[in-house]
Amino acid sequence: MDGVGLEAYLIVGAILFGCGFACLLVKRNAIAILMGVELLLNGANLNFLAFARFTSLGLDGQVIGLFVIVLAAAEAAVALAIALNFYNNHLSIDVDSAKELKD
Amino acid sequence: MPETAETSHLIVRNLLTAAWLLPLAAFIAQVYAVECWSNRLSRASGLLGCAAIGGSLVLSLLAVAFFPSGSGSAHTADDGSNHAAVDAEHEAHPSATPAALAGRYYTLARFGDSRLELGWYVDSLTLVLFVVIGLIASCVHVFSLGYLDDERTEDYRDEHAHAGDEQPVSRAGRFHLFFAYLSLFCFSMFGLVLAGNLLQVFAFWELVGFCSYLLIGFYRERPSAVRAANKAILVNRVGDFGFLIGLAVLWTSVGTLQFATEVDSKGVTASGLFEQVRGDGQLELSDDSKSVVLQRHLEAGDEPAPTRPTIAYTLFVLAGLGIVAGSIGKSAQFPLQTWLPDAMEGPTPVSALVHSATMVAAGVYLVARCYPLLAPEVLLVVAYVGAATLFIGATIALTATELKQVLAFSTISQLGYMMLALGVGGWGAGVFHLSTHAFFKSLLFLSAGSVILACHHEQRLDRLGGLRHRLPWTAAAMLIGTLAVTGVGIPNPWAPGYSLALSGFHSKDMVLASALAFVRLNPLHSLLYLVPLAGAGITAVYMFRLWLKVFVGRPADQHVFEHAKESPPVVLIPLAVLAFFSVFSAVGGESSWLYRGLVTSEPAFVAASSTSSAIWPITHPGHEEIHAAHGAAGLMVWLVAMAGAGIAIWIFGYQPFSADELRATFPRLRQFLLDRWRFDALYDLAVVQPVLRISRQAIAIDRTVIDPLLHGASRLLVQLAGWGRRIDELLVDGAVVGIGAWTWRSGERLRRLQSGQLRQYVLWLGLSVVVLFGVVTWMRPG
Repeated sequence: MDGVGLEAYLIVGAILFGCGFACLLVKRNAIAILMGVELLLNGANLNFLAFARFTSLGLDGQVIGLFVIVLAAAEAAVALAIALNFYNNHLSIDVDSAKELKD
Repeated sequence: MPETAETSHLIVRNLLTAAWLLPLAAFIAQVYAVECWSNRLSRASGLLGCAAIGGSLVLSLLAVAFFPSGSGSAHTADDGSNHAAVDAEHEAHPSATPAALAGRYYTLARFGDSRLELGWYVDSLTLVLFVVIGLIASCVHVFSLGYLDDERTEDYRDEHAHAGDEQPVSRAGRFHLFFAYLSLFCFSMFGLVLAGNLLQVFAFWELVGFCSYLLIGFYRERPSAVRAANKAILVNRVGDFGFLIGLAVLWTSVGTLQFATEVDSKGVTASGLFEQVRGDGQLELSDDSKSVVLQRHLEAGDEPAPTRPTIAYTLFVLAGLGIVAGSIGKSAQFPLQTWLPDAMEGPTPVSALVHSATMVAAGVYLVARCYPLLAPEVLLVVAYVGAATLFIGATIALTATELKQVLAFSTISQLGYMMLALGVGGWGAGVFHLSTHAFFKSLLFLSAGSVILACHHEQRLDRLGGLRHRLPWTAAAMLIGTLAVTGVGIPNPWAPGYSLALSGFHSKDMVLASALAFVRLNPLHSLLYLVPLAGAGITAVYMFRLWLKVFVGRPADQHVFEHAKESPPVVLIPLAVLAFFSVFSAVGGESSWLYRGLVTSEPAFVAASSTSSAIWPITHPGHEEIHAAHGAAGLMVWLVAMAGAGIAIWIFGYQPFSADELRATFPRLRQFLLDRWRFDALYDLAVVQPVLRISRQAIAIDRTVIDPLLHGASRLLVQLAGWGRRIDELLVDGAVVGIGAWTWRSGERLRRLQSGQLRQYVLWLGLSVVVLFGVVTWMRPG
C-alpha cells in the first residue's frame, strides 16, 4: 500500500471538485449543471473517506460519506423535478433563460 | 303612641315620594316611547301618562288617610274659644309649625353648620295640593286624550303656522311628547310642593317654569307660540331674580334654608327657618327695633349665648320681598302679569293645568309656605299687589275678545284675590281660594277646550253664540264654572256655610271677610276691601258676558254653528268630575272639611290678632275678627256679585244695545282695556326696545370692531401656518423623502448585481471562497 498516501486521494478529490466547479461555470444545460454538482459532492466525499482511512476520524467519516450519497440522491430527485418544471415553462433547460426574478 | 306616629310618618313619606316620582318614570318612558316600543299612531304614551298620574292621585289620597291628623289640629278655624288654650299650648311647645312632618332624603353638601339637603316637608297644605294637583292633572290627562287625538298622525297639518309659501306647516304628530311634557310637569309640581327647603323649592320652581315654556311653545311652528314661550320664561326671570336674592339673604343671615327644625341621628338639633324666625309665634325684635332676634335651639346642657344671633330688620324685609317677587312672577301678579295671557298659545289642556290651576298657583303656595318669613310690611305689599292685580285682570277681562283670553285674565284676577287674602292675614282664606279656584278654573278651561274642539279652533267671541243647543253638556259645565267663580248663589242667612252656592262663593266670602276685618283694624287701607268688592262685581259681569256670548243668543257664524258637535265622552267625563268638585268641594264654608284641613297647617301666629310697629304700624286680624266680619262681607260681596250678574244678563242676554253701540260707549276706555292697560306697550318701550337697541349696537360693534380683529388674527394665523408649512416641507419632509430616495437609489444600483445569470453567481461564489480562503490563510496566526 506504499506510494498511495493521503495526498494522492486529496489531489484526486481536488481535481474532481475543480472539474465539477468548471462544469457549473461553463455549462448552460441544467442537466449538465446537475452532473457538475454530483462531481462536487463526490470530490468532497472522497476527502471524507480519505480522512476516514488515514486519520483518527475513523468510522465517522464513512458514515458521513453514506449521508452525502443519500443527500445527493435526494438532491438529484429535487433538481430533476425542478428541471422538468422549468422545461414545461420555458420549453428549454437553458439556465440563462431563468431571469424572471431579476425583472 | 310614639311607634304608631313613627310608622305613619314613614308611610306618608313613602306614599308621597312614590306619588312624586311616578310621573318622572312615566316621563322617561314617554320620551323614548316612539323610538322604542310604539309609534306616532299609538295612544300608549297618553294612557301611560294617565296611569301614572292616576297612581299619584291614589297614593296622595292614601297619604291623606295615613296623615296623623290629631297631632296639631287642636285649633280649629271657627272656634274662637279655643285660641287661648292653643296659644298656651304653643308656649309650652315652642314650635311654630303645627302638624307638619319633615325629614331629609340625603344631604347634598355641608358647610360648617349649614347644610344643603334634599328634604321633604308635609303638612295639610302639601297634602291638599297633592290631591288637587293629582285630581286636576288626571282630569286634564284624560281630557287631552281626546283633545290631542288629531296629533296621533305622521302628518299633522298646523293651520295656524305657515311655511314661506302660505301653505300650512306639515309635521309629524307630537302626541307622545305632549304627554311626556305633562308628566315632567306633574313631577316638578309635586316636587315643588313636597320640597323641604327653599333651595329645593327654587329648583323645582325653575323646573315647572321650564315645563311651562315647553308647553306654551308646544306648537313651535307658530311664531306667536314661540314668542309667548320666550316671554313667559323671560318675565319669570325677573321674579326669579328676586327670589334668588331672597334666598341669598336668608342663607347668609339665618344660615339655613330648611323649613322645619330637624333632629338628626346623633341628637343634634338644626333649627329650621320657621323656628328661628318665629320661635314661639311673633317676631322677636331687638330693643331698638332694628333687627329680628333669631331663636336657635339650645342643647340641654348649653348656656344661652350672651348675644343672640339677629338679622337686620331691613334685610329681613328684603328677604321677604325677594320671595314675594318670585311669587309675583310665577303667579302673574302686577306688574309681571303680562306673560300669562300670552301663555294661552299652548294647547288648552295646558292652560287648564299649568296656567290656571297649578303652576301659577305655585306663587301663592310659596307665599303661604313662607308666611312666617314675611314681615308685616311685606304682607302689606303682597296685599296691595294682589288688589292691583285683581282689579287690572278683571277690567281687562271685560273687553277681551277671545274665549281663552277672558279666562286668562280671570285667572290673573283670582290669583290677585289669593294674594290679597294672604296679605291681609287671611292665610286660610288664601289657600282655601287657591284650592277651590283650581277646581273651577280648570273646569272653565276644559269647557273652553271642549268648545274650541267642537268649533274647530274658533275661539273669537264674536264668531260664537247660541252653542248651548249644540253643546248642552259643555254649556252646563261652563255654567257651573261661571257660577263658582262669580260667587253667585242663594245665601242661607242662618248657616252661611250651607248656602245654595258653589265653591267659589265660600272661598271668596272668606277672602272678603279677611279683607274687611283687616280694613276695620287699619282704616287707612280701606282700598284693600273696596277693590276686591268692586272686583267681585266685575268678575260677575265678565264671566256672564263670556257664557252668554258663547252659549246664548244668535249664532254669529252659521258655518261654525252648524259644524259644532258635542265632544266625545273622554272629554266630557273630566268636565263632570271637575264640575262635581267645583260644586261640592267647599260645602260648609268655614266648617268645610277642606278648609278645616288646610287651616291645621296655618302658622300659629296667624290665629290671633297681632300688631306690629317696626316700620308702619299694621294690625293683622285674627280668626276672631275675620269670623266677626264674615257676615257683613259675605252679604256685600253677594249683593255686588248679583248686581254684576244682573247687569251682564241685561246687556248681553236681552241685548238692549247693539254690539256697535256698546263699542261706541266708552271708546277710549275700551281701547285702553283692549291694550291691557298698555302694560305690554310700556314694557315694550321701557325694556324690549332698549334691549333691542343695545343688541343692535352690540351687533354693530361686533361687525365693525370684533369681526375685523378676529379676521386679522385669523389672517395672521394663516400666514404663520404658511411659514410653518414651508418649514415642514423643506426640513422635515425633505429629510424623510431624502432618506427614502437615497434608499431607492442604492437599491437601484445594487440590483444591477443581480444579473440573473446562474453561472455568473457561481463564479462569484467560487471567487469569494477563494478570496476568503486566501484571507483566512493569510491571517491565521503562526
